[in-house]
Amino acid sequence: MMPVPDLIPALPELFLAVAAMVLMMVGVFRADRTSAVVSWLAVLALIVDLVLINRGPLARTVTFNGMFVTEQFAIFMKSLIVVGSAVSIVMARQYNERNRVDRFEFPILILFATIGMQAMVSANDLISLYIGLELQSLSLYVLAAFKRDTVRSTEAGLKYFVLGALSSGMLLFGASLIYGFAGSTNFDQLAKVLSSEAGLGSIGLIIGVVFLSVGLAFKCSAVPFHMWTPDVYEGAPTPVTGFFAVAPKIAALSLFLRVMIEPFGHLVHQWQQIIWAISLASMVLGAYAAISQSNIKRLMAYSSIGHVGYALIGLAAGSAEGVRGVMVYLAVYLVMNLGAFSVILCMERRGESVEEISDLAGLSKSQPMTAAALAIFMFSMAGVPPLAGFVPKFIVFMAAVHAGLIWLAVLGILASVVGCYYYIRVVKLMYFDTPAEALDPTAGGNAVRFVTAVTAVIILLFILIPGPLLATAEAAAASLFQG
Amino acid sequence: MILSALAFYLFAGIAVLSGLMVITARNPVHSVLFLILAFFNAAGLFVLLGAEFLAMILVVVYVGAVAVLFLFVVMMLDINFAALRRGIRQHLALGLAVGIVLLAELVIVVGAWAVAPEVAAHTAPIVNSAVTATNTQALGAILYTRYIYAFEGSGLILLVAMIGAIVLTHRARAGVRRQVISKQISRSRAETIEVVKVPTGHGI
Repeated sequence: MMPVPDLIPALPELFLAVAAMVLMMVGVFRADRTSAVVSWLAVLALIVDLVLINRGPLARTVTFNGMFVTEQFAIFMKSLIVVGSAVSIVMARQYNERNRVDRFEFPILILFATIGMQAMVSANDLISLYIGLELQSLSLYVLAAFKRDTVRSTEAGLKYFVLGALSSGMLLFGASLIYGFAGSTNFDQLAKVLSSEAGLGSIGLIIGVVFLSVGLAFKCSAVPFHMWTPDVYEGAPTPVTGFFAVAPKIAALSLFLRVMIEPFGHLVHQWQQIIWAISLASMVLGAYAAISQSNIKRLMAYSSIGHVGYALIGLAAGSAEGVRGVMVYLAVYLVMNLGAFSVILCMERRGESVEEISDLAGLSKSQPMTAAALAIFMFSMAGVPPLAGFVPKFIVFMAAVHAGLIWLAVLGILASVVGCYYYIRVVKLMYFDTPAEALDPTAGGNAVRFVTAVTAVIILLFILIPGPLLATAEAAAASLFQG
Repeated sequence: MILSALAFYLFAGIAVLSGLMVITARNPVHSVLFLILAFFNAAGLFVLLGAEFLAMILVVVYVGAVAVLFLFVVMMLDINFAALRRGIRQHLALGLAVGIVLLAELVIVVGAWAVAPEVAAHTAPIVNSAVTATNTQALGAILYTRYIYAFEGSGLILLVAMIGAIVLTHRARAGVRRQVISKQISRSRAETIEVVKVPTGHGI
């Protein structure tokens, strides 16, 4: 008989899985106001989960026969994901009620997606990687089509499903090639095989890694695997889009980091060129394609493609400094995006949601505080110095320069200058254009307005006390390189 | 020895023949029935290999669920199979060419199969074949211990698939009469029966 595996490192995932199933029972058997009760209990479960994650072992711990790993890197990324999920549930409350899609399955699907994302972050085996990825993706396909009575939402769900299945196929193809040529699916074992001369020369293994990175690039919507992003972001209900923009991106990027650094760290010269090209293409396309957008959700989609490009610079550097840059980038990206989507959720006119950028014209007159907050988010996303968005960009560019990728850094800075145009266009629209008909001043509700205020303050004041985040990220990045 | 060889040729021969019948039968229902026959014979081949668990799964899953689903589709949906079949003559050459290429590739792969020596060095068999009695037991023993994480994870994925199907398709319809047993048996005679006096020669 084999002994029972050590369950303590996976306690947050186990807790969340049990909580999700209990909440499902609550949802089914409770008669009235089910959705509100389940939502708030789900937020509570995520808070408990956050505590459990941060009380977990700091040192690298492997359990479930090498399938599951946790260390400071996992703790950092999981904390970001859980915060993103919890805030998304809170922000979705009023929107779901107003649009008559207020069903208790919504928070439950977000919980399941969160479990999948945590499993992705902690994957230490190609099998557990795939299972985490599918659990996350499947929940997200359903969430994209959650507003099932509108054509756009169902279209978004179907498109995401078909293209996601395609990318999963590519990922599995790569995984099977890797297993065939290295003889193992375990990350530690793969790293051991690749540390020898014989393992490095295998061309089949490299093709496998290429396919695996295609699948991962698709999941974090890096160019040229980004085609689904604008359509899905536009079609999905706005709170779901906000969720898509933060948590799954963080999960996919941290999986990308772990896969490239841990098992395939010895192949760095092979994958560095791929990441270099993907990163540059994402930054450039994110900057140029966003210029002609008129829908704010599509704009955010292209913006997120661009941000993934910047974050991937840190991976292309392949150093602990670069990984630290990615982690800080994701933390700041989380706050900026939650803030921006909280403002988008407040865009209503006569009780109807509006999504055009031109609807924001003259927002500074009707709602000066909201306009100021959105301006802060936009300037921060553009990377204007005193705001939070500048710091991670600076770190990843410095990491690229230190790793000798000077051209990537230069082109990245140029792309970010182009990107400034469309971010600042939104600000110009709000402050200097002829006002459109005023948006509802109370739309969105108190919870969403509260999120706007808190995120804006964090972005504004981050530069004063960046120390704790940078230090945590540094320790977490170092923990990824020990294994 | 000779018996198992005979059994192999019997199962394999019937499997190939029924496979041919699946694509040539005129009646689609017959096609599905031949498909089921092919599944049964493949299960027989698995038994000959000593993989009785796979044989059972093949019968339970493929015959029990998939083939019956096909039968449902064929019988419930009004598909014009004659129309689907119409272009077969002009595409026959192309189809045969693709089939031959696939066959040649399979032969090459099987013929040139080799395990890299460095791979063989670190792949130890996971199941200790001496200890376990049946392969059902052996599979269960590693599925619930070594691969418990993957197994439970797959369970969660299936749960999400179920929730997703309900979320996207289930509608609470108005005007559906549901049986409420407690309401039925708590009805008293006074509220259900009304005695009406009808004068002779008049309706109600």
